[in-house]
Amino acid sequence: MMISKLRTIRWSFFVFFIPVFLWLFLLIVLPQLELLRMSFLGTDYYGESGVTFDNYWAFFSEPIYWLTFVRTAVYSIFVTLIVLLIALPVAFYITKVASFKITGFLMVIILVPFWVSELIRVYGWMILLRESGVLNHFLTSIGILKVPVEMLYNDITMIMGLVYTTMLFMIVPLIGVMESMDDALIEAAHDLGAKKLTIWRTIIIPYSMPGIMSGSIIVFMLVLGSYLTPNLMGGKNSLWFTEQIYNQMIIYFNWNQGAAFGFMLLLLSSLIIWLALKLTKQDWRSVIK
Amino acid sequence: MQITLAVENLTKKFGDFTAVRDVSFQVEDGKFFSILGPSGCGKTTLLRNIAGFYEPSAGSIKIREKEMTGVEPNKRPVNLVFQHLALFPMMNVHENIAFGLKRRGMSGKEVDQKVNDMLERVGLPGFGKKKIDQISGGQKQRIAIARCLVLDPSVLLLDEPLGALDAKLREHMKVELKKLQVEVGTTFVYITHDQSEAMVMSDHVAVMNSGQFEQLDTPQTLYHSPKSSFVAQFVGNNNKLAVKVHKKEGGEFYARYIDGRDYLLEGVYDLDQGDEYDMFLRPEAVVINPPAEDKKFNVMNCTVKAVLFDGGNSRLLLIPENTSEELIVALPQTKQYDYLKHGDVIKIGWNPATAVCFRKADVKIYDDI
Repeated sequence: MMISKLRTIRWSFFVFFIPVFLWLFLLIVLPQLELLRMSFLGTDYYGESGVTFDNYWAFFSEPIYWLTFVRTAVYSIFVTLIVLLIALPVAFYITKVASFKITGFLMVIILVPFWVSELIRVYGWMILLRESGVLNHFLTSIGILKVPVEMLYNDITMIMGLVYTTMLFMIVPLIGVMESMDDALIEAAHDLGAKKLTIWRTIIIPYSMPGIMSGSIIVFMLVLGSYLTPNLMGGKNSLWFTEQIYNQMIIYFNWNQGAAFGFMLLLLSSLIIWLALKLTKQDWRSVIK
Repeated sequence: MQITLAVENLTKKFGDFTAVRDVSFQVEDGKFFSILGPSGCGKTTLLRNIAGFYEPSAGSIKIREKEMTGVEPNKRPVNLVFQHLALFPMMNVHENIAFGLKRRGMSGKEVDQKVNDMLERVGLPGFGKKKIDQISGGQKQRIAIARCLVLDPSVLLLDEPLGALDAKLREHMKVELKKLQVEVGTTFVYITHDQSEAMVMSDHVAVMNSGQFEQLDTPQTLYHSPKSSFVAQFVGNNNKLAVKVHKKEGGEFYARYIDGRDYLLEGVYDLDQGDEYDMFLRPEAVVINPPAEDKKFNVMNCTVKAVLFDGGNSRLLLIPENTSEELIVALPQTKQYDYLKHGDVIKIGWNPATAVCFRKADVKIYDDI
């Protein structure tokens, strides 16, 4: 009796465990391990392959590589901050100001663009912004511009595109955390003499910190690892680190170098997130909850 | 006595719905004033008008003779203790109490001094470093009050702050709160639906029903001479007996109950608009087996339906003779009535002065009654 009970528990455990394990191991862990192995391989002058740190050394010795990374990281942090600044009032409006009926409608408006793939959305922006695009046509026809201006292929457009494509991933965790906030906290602060700005600084933002951090991590990682938006909207002037990896792997066919860059990206972005969590005194566990 | 809070003809409407209708009252300096009413009677709306979260539709609110209309909540000399306290969970106890002081531009030693003094006053010295989720319900209560009192408000508003506590602690906090109020001398305006809280703590109680004050009096007056059917039912316990009032030759008024007997009433009744009245009889005003000699004493024959033993709060459930109604009577635990049991026929009596009588009205205090 006892044994059969144990057996059924084991059996059902494996039914659920095996798909998860296979998925994790075959599709995530195994390819990563292979890439890790490749990142330490290289060929010397005589064409002999062997273990080497050259791939990683190249990242530091060639300024173009680490400068691209620094640029990517700084822009990603900047984009994350812009997204946060826009998402905070939006999430606050949806959870605390808007009436119950409008809330659902607003959420749908925010969600609908994400039913379309990122590629289509970026092309949509390109149709709007390019030299012969809708916006230029409109501005020249009402006489604000004399000749059409190329609005694509610069950093500002790229940042705008990145902000647009990642906004949802900041708003959703913020709505989650703000919904759990008792309205009386804001009223209490107001009652105790706080002005509107002080309430934001001392009550709403500290309370929303776990949501802010988890949203920021998602947005930062998405921006740092995005390829489409910087490539299409930023053009050749806005080099992104993912493009370096793509170039190594697809254009130069140097998979070892590309793998090493991939791990550098993983390592450095983890370091940045760890630093951000330390600086804001946030607990990792409360952020991922 | 100086008037701290004066509310004049205050009305608050939400669309077509009038939550507070033409309410006026004054609170003297240092008094404990309670607004007592069932849920949905408009008492929270009234309080939020005073705190400044709502703007009145009509009427005025004056605090220390200064008009408050149009003044933001953060600029009013009143503070509100919220129903669920609204302590800031991301701050510790010290930061919670210091919040208001810092908003006034105080800093450093001055704040620490005041916070520590306040903590000592509410009996929680050394609690400054504790987090909000580390302290008990009763302690949270005191921190929430300390957070307001440290700002030295002219009026402290309390929105049913004891509602979330369990019964035993609530009893304890009632006394604590009254003691604290006497000690600090701040004017308290307290709203509650619990008549016992209001009676124990207050100097004056206003009974509120559907947006209006039914009666504003001391707890004793409210209990002994309610001015309306609603107050009689809401304050304390009462038996409600449907009676017909008539006048006898001697000029005395009698109430005829459905058991066929007449019971003497005190006071004068206007019988022009019908004689259907409700007589209210407090369980604790009724004497079991009254002495026979006093003619003025009303006596009723009853059958014991059940003995409801509840320690010092024990009651008898009686059925008056020739009726199927029920009557609840206090049962003193003096061993004298221990023999009573189901089916016994007994006499009960009451002094006419303890019963009150109002024109029949369908007042529903709670939906389920």
